This record gives sequence, C-alpha cells and structure tokens, in this order.
Amino acid sequence: METDISLKNVSFAYKKQPILENVTLSITHREFASIVGPNGGGKTTLLKLLLGLIHPDKGDIQVLGTPPEKARERIGYMPQYAHLDMNFPATVLDVVLMGRLKKSTFWFSKKDRDQAQKAIKTVDMTGFTHTGFNELSGGQKQRVLIARALCGRPDILLLDEPTANVDHETEENLFSILQELNRKMTILVVSHDLGFVSKYVKTVICVNRQVVFHPTTLVEGTMIKDIYYGDLKMVRHDHRCRGPLP
Amino acid sequence: MIEFFQALADPDNRFLTYAMAMGGLASIAFGIIGTFVTIKRISYLAGAISHSVFGGIGLALYLQVKMGISWFDPILGAVLAAVVSALVVGLVSIHAKEREDTIIGTLWAVGMACGILFIDKTPGYFSLSSYLFGDILLISHRDLVFVICLDVLIVGVVVLFFNRFFGVCFDNEFTLLRGINTTFFYLFLLVLTALTVVLLVRIVGIVLVIALLTIPPAIAGFYARRLWQMMLYSVLLCALFTWTGLGISYSLALSSGPTIIVLCGTVYLVLLAANKLVFTHNK
Repeated sequence: METDISLKNVSFAYKKQPILENVTLSITHREFASIVGPNGGGKTTLLKLLLGLIHPDKGDIQVLGTPPEKARERIGYMPQYAHLDMNFPATVLDVVLMGRLKKSTFWFSKKDRDQAQKAIKTVDMTGFTHTGFNELSGGQKQRVLIARALCGRPDILLLDEPTANVDHETEENLFSILQELNRKMTILVVSHDLGFVSKYVKTVICVNRQVVFHPTTLVEGTMIKDIYYGDLKMVRHDHRCRGPLP
Repeated sequence: MIEFFQALADPDNRFLTYAMAMGGLASIAFGIIGTFVTIKRISYLAGAISHSVFGGIGLALYLQVKMGISWFDPILGAVLAAVVSALVVGLVSIHAKEREDTIIGTLWAVGMACGILFIDKTPGYFSLSSYLFGDILLISHRDLVFVICLDVLIVGVVVLFFNRFFGVCFDNEFTLLRGINTTFFYLFLLVLTALTVVLLVRIVGIVLVIALLTIPPAIAGFYARRLWQMMLYSVLLCALFTWTGLGISYSLALSSGPTIIVLCGTVYLVLLAANKLVFTHNK
C-alpha cells in the first residue's frame, strides 16, 4: 500500500510547552481516519504540521513523498469556520472559487468555474451557488467549505472539526458525503465526537502529546480513557481498533 | 443651496470646482480602499497610519523652513511617513500577536507627538487645523494630478489582484496554502491604504480620516452581497457625501471636513437604527 503521509519521531513545542512528543505515524492511500483527543492535546497542531504552516522541532514529515510545503497544492484543507468573518460580502461561488487560487494565474477561468460548480454539486448545494455565504446555516457553511477544499481536486482532504455546531442529521449527512469522497482520496478528520465518527471512519488516531494509531481491531475502553485521562464520557466499544503499536 | 450652484458656475470660484472634482475623484480611491479596511477590520491600523502622517508633515516643515531643504515639502513628508508607518504597523500586526494593539496605539501617539515637536522647533506660525480637520477648499491643481494617479494605480492593482486580495481578507491561512504570498499582499494593501490616507488628510484631515474611510463601506455592507458590489456602492456613497457635505458647508459657512463627517455619520447611524428596527420587527 502506498503511503500518503509519514511522520518520523516528530516533536513540536510551543513556548517550551511540549505539544507533540516523538510522534511516528504513517497513513496509507485512501485511508479515512478520525483524529481525536482532548482540547490542547495537539490535534490542530498535527494538522498544521501536515500543511507545513508550522515546522517540527525534531523529526521528519513527508506528505505525498515531499515536504509538506510542496504538497500543499494537492491537499484540500477545511479550517474551522468560526474564525471567518460572518459579514463578509461573498457568495457561495466566490468562497468555493478560492480553492482554485493559483500562483500562476490572476483571474479565474471557465474551467475554474466549472470545477467550483462541480464541487458545489458534490456537497448538494447547487441551489445556493449565488446565495450570500453569510445567509447560510452552520451546516451549509461547513458544506461550502468542504466544496472549497474539494475544488482544487486534492489527493488528501484535511478537515478541522467539520461537524462543530451542527445538528446530528447534518453531521450524518456530511459524513456520508465524506464516505463517498473516500473512494478517491485520503481523508483525515479532526473530531471530538469519537463515538459518532467511528461508525464511518476506518481508523482512529488518538492525539494527546503522543499519537496512538488504532486500525482494524477492537478498542479497549480503558485505552481511550488513558488517552483522554478519563474525561471522556461516551465511548462506543464496537468500532474496529486495537491497542497502541509498539 | 441655490447660491452654492451659482457659486460653482462662477469662473472666479475656481477653488470650488477643484474641490468638487477632488471629492469625486478621491471617492474612487476611498471607496475601494475603505472597503478593504472595513472587511479586513484594520481601521485601527489605518488610524495609526494617518496619525503618523502628522509626524511626516512636521518633519518636512522643519527640514524646509529650518534646514532650508526646499524640495522636502509636506506632501513628500506625509507620503514617506505614511508608507513607512504602514510597513511597520503591518509587520507588527503579523508578528507581535498579543501586544499588537498596544504597539500600534504607541506608534499612533508617538507619530502625532513627533509632528508637534518638529513644528515647535520650526520658526513661523502654522495653522494646524487644516492638517487636523482638512480643508478641501485649499486643493490645488497638483493635488488633482496626484489623486488621478492614485485612482489609476488603485483601480489597476485591484483589478489585477482582486482574487488574491479577496483571499487575504476572507481567509488568509487558506490563501497562503494555495501558494499565494499573503504577507506581500497584506503589506501591499496597507501601503495603498497609506497613500489613500495621505489624500484623505487633504480633504477631511488626520483626525477624521477613519470616518470617511470606513463609514461609506459600512453602509454599503448593508446592501452588497459581493465584494465588488460593496466597493462600487462605497465609491458612490463617498462621492455623494463629499459633494453634499461641500454644498452644505459652503451654504452655511461651516468647515468642510467636519460637515462631511457629521453627514455620513448621521446617515450611517440612522440606517443602522432603521435596519435594527426592521430586523427585530420581522422577528
């Protein structure tokens, strides 16, 4: 199996506070993994390392066989939408077209527009192409941001809390879209709702200073408790996980 | 109001025609840059830049009068101070995360204070009020040339880099990930803001700059759904306020800068209140 992402002995500290310590991780092509862990455990840090927005203090990161900065064009990234200005004058199409920004061209071409329309269709938002982004509900905004991440036709999709502040039905809906997309691309989703996502994802990556990778066999409740230091209330025990790798 | 139009038609009142032309032409720069300042929420940075302009004007007057460097006129000092402070303020806002507002507030006050100190040491009397509150009736032919150049520059740059500026303002991090040099475009935007501020200082003065830069876009924001629409509405509103304000100030013998600001401030607050009322009513 082809490896899309590999981390070797990666450590990262912020203001001398260790966030990630000695992390080794390898993610194969067409993986669908959820990154879970407590707040401040290093989930977002891990994503930022994969995007090359920050650099590890120690260790080596390879994304699609190159350093993260060079792989950016092939990664679709969906940030948490909470940091975006909700009064910004832009339509859904304007926002999605951002995913077609390129160093080499100034204006969007017909092809860019077609790709954007296609991405909007993928997330079932066709009727809203010319609607103002700020007129949408939380769940619709999340879908638009997924479309923006998609329209650069990425090989890897990184999503930071795509289901924060949306209702359960919307959450199910978003994940079935992602499941469909997973036929073609590798997907990593940051989530704090382990019980729910484990229904859809193939792997759970627990991040709390250390990273523990749980593919395919049964997860032990106590193991997840260790990761969360016991503050996780609801854990489903029927998803396919096994203990930490040696 | 009628005497204003009569005065405008009178060839002896060249200054009025200049003032009206200046108001209209400057609105193009104000509307476009003001929209960016509003949506990127950097009006505080624009305020710091405008107050540092006073430092540049003071330095220029000092060098000109006291040191006899005659080519260093106040406009040059203002442009220089504005561009330097735009770059400093921009770099501070990128790098000094927690202390950003403190540092920018300091630059704001120190720039202004330096201007006063330079003027203290410059022989002769200078009317500070035209720098502080503007005097559009002192506009010269040279100012008109300056504003036309600035309009051409701003419109050209914005048409060329529209999508990049959009990205930097809406979601800087994502734009960076698409391979765009966001730091460069952010600083570029601040330098354009600085040049526009220098122009604004001639019309409404240092103290009132922020109002004319942000109020028309704030009103436009009520009605615009897309970024270019917001710019267009801002340009039109800005021209409307400047022209109407000039007419009122001439008819009632009031200072032009403050008249323009009170006019657009009042319209904004009334519309804001009206929108709130309609909104709560519909709920």
